[in-house]
Order: sequence, then C-alpha cells, then structure tokens
Amino acid sequence: MAVEIQIKEDTVRAYLSGELDHHSAVGIREKIDESVMQSKPQQLILDFAMVTFMDSSGIGLVMGRFRLMQEMGGKVILQNLPAPIRKVMKLAGLDKLAEFL
Amino acid sequence: MKASNTMRLCFDSRSANESFARTAVAAFLCGLDPTVEELTDVKTAVSEAVTNCIVHGYREKIDKVYITANIYSDNRIVIKIKDKGCGIADVKKAMEPLFTTAPEEERAGLGFAVMESLMDKVKVFSQPGKGTTVTLEKQIVSKGEDYVHNSRS
Ligand SMILES: Nc1ncnc2c1ncn2[C@@H]1O[C@H](COP(=O)(O)OP(=O)(O)OP(=O)(O)O)[C@@H](O)[C@H]1O
Ligand SMILES: [Mg+2]
Repeated sequence: MAVEIQIKEDTVRAYLSGELDHHSAVGIREKIDESVMQSKPQQLILDFAMVTFMDSSGIGLVMGRFRLMQEMGGKVILQNLPAPIRKVMKLAGLDKLAEFL
Repeated sequence: MKASNTMRLCFDSRSANESFARTAVAAFLCGLDPTVEELTDVKTAVSEAVTNCIVHGYREKIDKVYITANIYSDNRIVIKIKDKGCGIADVKKAMEPLFTTAPEEERAGLGFAVMESLMDKVKVFSQPGKGTTVTLEKQIVSKGEDYVHNSRS
C-alpha cells in the first residue's frame, strides 16, 4: 500500500494505492495526518482509484480522518471508489459522513 | 454432507499475514468458479476475522491463527478461522455494529457487521481465556444453474 500526497491551496489530496488493511493502515494514516497537520486544509480528498482491496480497517481510517478534519472545521471527500470499496463504505454509513465524488 | 474439497492453514499472527490468509482462501475458492464479487466478499470477510485474531485475540503478540475451509458439492464454502487467544466474554454484544474494545486504534467496530453482510452465515464460538472460532459460510451462486439442476435430480 502506498499514498501519494499533493497539497494545493486549501486542499490535501491523498492518492491511495494497493491493499488497505490493518497491516497497511497505520503507515498511511501517519503520512496523511502529517500533511493535514502541517497545512491545515479546508478539505481532504481521499482518492481510492488504485485501491485493490479494503476491509473495516479502511472504514476506521476514513472515520478517523473525518474526525480530524471536523475538529479543524474542514471536510473529507471520498473520490473514485471502485464498486467493492463503495459497497463496504456504504455498509458503514460513511456516505452520511463524507462526500462521495 | 461430506466436503468435496478441504484445506487447512496455520500461520503466525503477524499483520503481514492478513494478506496471505485472505489470498490463500480466495485461491482455494477459485475451484468453485466464483464471480469477482463473490471472491471479493469472501476475501473481505476472511480479512476481518483474521485481523480480529491478531488485534484482539492475541493483542498483537505472536501466536498461531488456524484456518480450515471446506467446499461442499452444493457450491457452498465453509471457512473456520480460529485463535487460542483471550476469547470474548459477551459475543452478542461484540457483534453489535460499532461496538469495539479498541477505539484508540481507530477500529470502527464494524468487522462483524461487514462479515454478516458479505456472507450468508456467520457463527461465533468463544470461551474467555481459551479463544475464538468464527465460522463463515457462503453459497457460490455463479454455478446456480448447475445447483438447481443437481438438486432436482
Ligand atoms: N478473535 C477475537 N478475540 C477476542 N475478541 C474479539 C475477537 N474478535 C472480535 N473480538 C471483540 O469483538 C469486538 C468487535 O469486533 P469487530 O471486528 O466487529 O470490531 P473491531 O475489530 O473492534 O473494529 P473493526 O473490525 O471495525 O476494525 C472487538 O472490538 C473485540 O472486543
Ligand atoms: Mg475487527
């Protein structure tokens, strides 16, 4: 699992790729939070286009980032969700917390 | 009913093995010619159960996780995922959506809910201090026509 981060104006974009599980979630979380804490963006965009697998560890990751952004008065946008990942996100009710693009 | 194909796995409770475990079960399941969606459902459910053994059962200490999988001739797969860890005192409560004993690790408490929504049956047997066995069952419907045909004859 890898993450590529782009910071532009008030937006942090995190492009995730590979398998998002308990094993990989911690490293990804640290990288995203480092950028968010540094640049205090208005929105955090998580891009799942290249994510090939996700379980509830990914739900935890999104919920945690949602809380972090909420504390700073910003929002989380989930982008390019492959169908199986959208299925797990919806099951968790994340479509009510974050915006889907 | 007698299983038409069986397999067993035993591996260290290292988080790096979560990917190995779900991929191995998926490869075994391929004998049933599942759809991509069915394969992903099983992989995700197995990943939930195995992660629970590692995170909760053994609390990240290294021990053994055991998996057995049986395929039955009516296109059913039954997977048992077992640890000899701390066990669950109140299984009913543990299976409630959003219940977690590890919120500080950003666990959502949705592992069992995910398993239940992706599989046909989820059974949990647990004894505090002795360990936990999760049994996952799913009918693979991609060969549904064969199945209807067989059950008629
Ligand atoms: N193998 C196990 N051994 C001991 N306790 C377990 C085991 N599996 C589950 N539990 C208990 O059941 C609770 C709920 O499990 P569930 O998988 O639904 O959520 P979680 O693991 O806490 O969070 P998530 O799976 O969303 O990351 C756990 O928090 C834990 O207390
Ligand atoms: Mg879990």
